[in-house]
Amino acid sequence: MESSQTTDEKKAHIEAVELDPNFKFEISKESGGENITSCFQCGTCVAVCPVAAKNPEYDPRKIIWMALLGLRDEVLSSKAIWLCSTCYSCYVRCPQNVKITSVMSAIQNIASREGHVHPSYEAGLEMLKKTGRTVELSEFENQKREKLNCPPIEENALATIKILDETGILKKKEKNKKKGEEG
Amino acid sequence: MKVAYFLGCNVALRTYEYDAAVRRIAEKFGIELMDSKDFVCCGYPAAPQDHSTFLALAAQNLVAAEEMGVDYIVSVCNSCTATLSKVNKLLKENEKEREHINKILKNSIGKEFKGTLEVRHFLRFIYEEVGLDEIKKAITNKLNPVRVAPHYGCHYLKPPEVFDFFEDPIVPHTADDLMALTGVVPVKYENMKQCCGGAILAVDEDTSISMVREKLIHVHEAQADVLAVHCPFCNVMYGEYQKDPRIDIDFKVPVIFTPQILGLALGFDAKQLGMKKKVAKLFLEPQEAPESKSEEVGAHG
Repeated sequence: MESSQTTDEKKAHIEAVELDPNFKFEISKESGGENITSCFQCGTCVAVCPVAAKNPEYDPRKIIWMALLGLRDEVLSSKAIWLCSTCYSCYVRCPQNVKITSVMSAIQNIASREGHVHPSYEAGLEMLKKTGRTVELSEFENQKREKLNCPPIEENALATIKILDETGILKKKEKNKKKGEEG
Repeated sequence: MKVAYFLGCNVALRTYEYDAAVRRIAEKFGIELMDSKDFVCCGYPAAPQDHSTFLALAAQNLVAAEEMGVDYIVSVCNSCTATLSKVNKLLKENEKEREHINKILKNSIGKEFKGTLEVRHFLRFIYEEVGLDEIKKAITNKLNPVRVAPHYGCHYLKPPEVFDFFEDPIVPHTADDLMALTGVVPVKYENMKQCCGGAILAVDEDTSISMVREKLIHVHEAQADVLAVHCPFCNVMYGEYQKDPRIDIDFKVPVIFTPQILGLALGFDAKQLGMKKKVAKLFLEPQEAPESKSEEVGAHG
């Protein structure tokens, strides 16, 4: 999952015929992506972004501009889209109310459907299916809790499993994986 | 007053001391925190992958709380609070989404989201429902003027519309106000709202660690004695990851939970609040005046 923009093979120019002009509308149809076309590229988002301050690979303005241009494959397969820390710093300061944090989530949803999800998030859902939580429960935790006069925690993944089965998220992932392997 | 008490994953299984402090404070003010075995993960980890799954996972917790017949579900994790608030608001206001999610809930667990309650972070809950005056009256132990750097955490403040704009997301004050009642000195420091980086820890550990490092330096530069958080994952980041060799700083910043400070002032001891004795002593026992510290500490210390 390398960002195509950071490799040596960076293109000198963009071929208009390779662009997908519908990509921005595809994003705006996703929940959270509605306002992407309001972006006027001022750069407030990247200026206030605590992740961008540490890792220039993450540049929300660039991701949005690439999406608006229609660089669909580059955006969906980039590692950068998974670097949003959901801090909402850009969200509260964006003069165009683009709701960048939500736009990023919409882009991540499309990328996930196409098999590009970051492995750490996949592992998270697998864990939920096992225990209903993201942290595993052992005797140790409940002993600690008892000492602090806190009631014990029970494992209870049943409802979570039923919901994951109903939305089909884990099955969809399997399908995508197979598709990816065949392709 | 009875409220549903939502722990989430990291308070239940990693930062029990936070849970303990919150339970003690609630008892003090006659707030009955009702646990439920149906409360599981809030749904946050599913958000980047599938919006419907995210909504349905959060909704199962909201539905479980609705069935308890309470007006509030009180959460202690910033991210759980933001997730539950966001989904609660969306499902209440957006009929199409509500119908879609209720279909999923009906087919999977035979339940329905009704939209009968409100979500609150515990800190906001006591700030608004108990109020500063009542909390002040209940304080039995005036604490030392320890210099405390508050870290609000992103999901306590933002997105502000899901929290009814109860806090100013740019200049927050509720944790400062609560702590100031106890005698400690809330301090301002550079880039106070800097994110802990917890959400991308598994994606890019180096970036998260460098965010933690910078925060610790800013807190140290402001001559704060401790960093106070009210989110379990911010605590994991600043507490556990402070030991990471990549942090490479020559000082230590004790990380505690804001309710532990309140708990000490309300008369609970370190053990009841799951606090290290050494840290609790800072607040309770007479201190030698450190030369390098600012005047207000020297004058009282």
